[in-house]
Amino acid sequence: MRDVAIVSFAQAPLDQPPGQTETLMLIPTITEALGSVGMTRRDVGFTCSGSADYLTGGTFTFVQMLEAAGAWPPISESHVEMDGAWALYEAWVRLQHGDVDVALVFSSGRAALSTDLRETLLFQFDPYYLSPLGADYVSLAALQAQAVLDRTGHTERDLAEIVAARRRAAKDNPYAAVSGDFAADDLLAKDPLVGVLREHDIGPPVDGAAAIVLVAGDRAKDVCDRPAWIAGIDHRVDPHYPGVRDLSTSPSTQVAGEKARAADVEVAELTAVCSHEELILAEALGLGAGVRVNPSGGAVVGNPTMVTGLVRIGEAARQVMNGCGRALGHASSGPCLQQNLVCVVEGRN
Amino acid sequence: MAERTAVVGVGQTKLAKCRDDVSLAGLCREAAQRALDDAEMTWKHIDAVVIGTAPDIFEGVMMPEVYLADAVGAAGKPIMRVHTAGSVGGSTAVVASHLISSRVHERVLTLAFEKQSEGDTNFAFSSGRSGGVGAGGYFAPHIRAYIERSGAPDYVGPMVAVKDRQNALKNPYAHLQIPDISIEMVLESPFVWDPIHRLESCPTSDGACAMVLTDESGGRRSARPPAWVHGTAVRTELGWFPGRDPVNPRAGRDCSADVYKQAGVTIPREDIDVAEIYVPFSWYEPMWMENLGFAAVGEGWKLTESGATSMEGDIPINPSGGVLSSNPIGASGMLRFAEAALQVRGLAGEHQIDGARRALGHAYGGAAQYFAMWIVGSEMP
Repeated sequence: MRDVAIVSFAQAPLDQPPGQTETLMLIPTITEALGSVGMTRRDVGFTCSGSADYLTGGTFTFVQMLEAAGAWPPISESHVEMDGAWALYEAWVRLQHGDVDVALVFSSGRAALSTDLRETLLFQFDPYYLSPLGADYVSLAALQAQAVLDRTGHTERDLAEIVAARRRAAKDNPYAAVSGDFAADDLLAKDPLVGVLREHDIGPPVDGAAAIVLVAGDRAKDVCDRPAWIAGIDHRVDPHYPGVRDLSTSPSTQVAGEKARAADVEVAELTAVCSHEELILAEALGLGAGVRVNPSGGAVVGNPTMVTGLVRIGEAARQVMNGCGRALGHASSGPCLQQNLVCVVEGRN
Repeated sequence: MAERTAVVGVGQTKLAKCRDDVSLAGLCREAAQRALDDAEMTWKHIDAVVIGTAPDIFEGVMMPEVYLADAVGAAGKPIMRVHTAGSVGGSTAVVASHLISSRVHERVLTLAFEKQSEGDTNFAFSSGRSGGVGAGGYFAPHIRAYIERSGAPDYVGPMVAVKDRQNALKNPYAHLQIPDISIEMVLESPFVWDPIHRLESCPTSDGACAMVLTDESGGRRSARPPAWVHGTAVRTELGWFPGRDPVNPRAGRDCSADVYKQAGVTIPREDIDVAEIYVPFSWYEPMWMENLGFAAVGEGWKLTESGATSMEGDIPINPSGGVLSSNPIGASGMLRFAEAALQVRGLAGEHQIDGARRALGHAYGGAAQYFAMWIVGSEMP
């Protein structure tokens, strides 16, 4: 495969004015991502984005985002109604052809606009048999949490400690929606929301936008001191119906991790929107005790839906740019970690 | 050098006003199974799945790849969902072809669908707000501008409406079957959006289309004649800004120039034997004839008027009956791509163009701002 590297990553600030549009969040974010490697929109050979209409209740909402991409003169462009991590995958595939060297990837979402993301995401489920039950993503996550605790012997205290650790790590992350020093005991004392999950176990839905620049071949070294080379990228999906899966495991993550050669990473940025998902993902990816998980705080400190996965890849790339040898970013979609993407990035000397 | 890519399986459902005999998943399954049967493959042979559909709100299922993963045989495999407005069926096929040409995968199933009967498209087009004019309401002024610029006689649009419905009579999958279609009947149908008569507009349809794509060795071993991909291109431009020409959009011209270059097409009307292009309203045939370079600017209507775009003409357009006869929106672009493939495979049945060796598939969307195209041929490039 052709060598492709992440050379730049930018995120929209968490604090956005009320009524902010995704387009307006994206314009400065894209400009920053390109500008930090001395590029403009004119340098981009392929653009790919991710977003979802349902968060704003619109149709064709991605069309407006073309203004942020700068689609004039006409550009070669595509869009996935998925987390931006899959847009990055499509861009990586496109760069394999050799006729284009620079790709712009971005995604945006306004999860905070939704009065209740639990209600909105219900529309993702089988409309005939699953959605009408009203079992939203948090309720299904609670079933999964119970399943993993039952199988592995982990406890609710372990979940509280994960949340406390991530919130502590997020103190250095200006894009985290919640951060600070919290005692696991205090978290554990809170009332459950659904089953074993408490409110703090679920990453708060926030608005967000992010952009990544991919460059193929030697040109990556010209624009970036230490590019985060994509060493492997793969994604898989599990069956939709929670009832046919062993919810305590994630076979799709395991396969994606193997295909993307996730072994031996030093850092893993996981889309664990709920605290217990870290346990499942770490096992599926075979992460050893020495692996630093979610140094950014991860998705449990802020879930900019449709952007969360792309941010994880961006955070992994940032680790590599800052000296880490090998890191992975993980994205997820669907109920109970149904669909998973793993992108492994590495530094090269 | 990119891997050569071949279409070895094509499947589509009966296109109809309301497919209440199947669920959304059942509709997709039907098309996918037919594509696999055509390729003489089973679900196990497929490495990855790429699906496309228009806005989720049309059916009320958000990010439907999550729910459809089982039905389209994706469990344990990669699945992606593309959305590029009305061009989505075409751009989905382009993304799928890239998975082969990049050598990431060897066999990819691609599928596009729409089940318009599940919702209200015009409601959705305006995001549920009042004042929606529908797609025709948006495009009608562009059509009026085209007629004024080109001086085209007013019967050219109705001619397209008649031709495509007559072609549809030869396509058992086509939605509209109007055996006694005539210019008079079209002109007597009410204006929906002046100058678009009701019979100059596409219907709303349920339907799905699927294709199996594979690499060079797969194409060589294909059970039936393959369609080789000679080029793919996508282009997008902003929809609204001063100075933009929405009648003859630059993105469409750039996209065709790109795909022609890849396929070695220099004189489109001579080098391409048949084209399936996205014509949801009759007048878009002459408009796209010019945008695609089959005719000089202002001359597109003369191709239609002379009969050149009929099945007996030198550049047959939409022998399947096209979008005017069947419009499952998200699938309409892929149907164009798939029908182009069927033509060069010699498998188009009654609407086969004899000796078709090179065909263009075309899709557009948004405010005539999204374009996807491919050229397929009977010969390996």
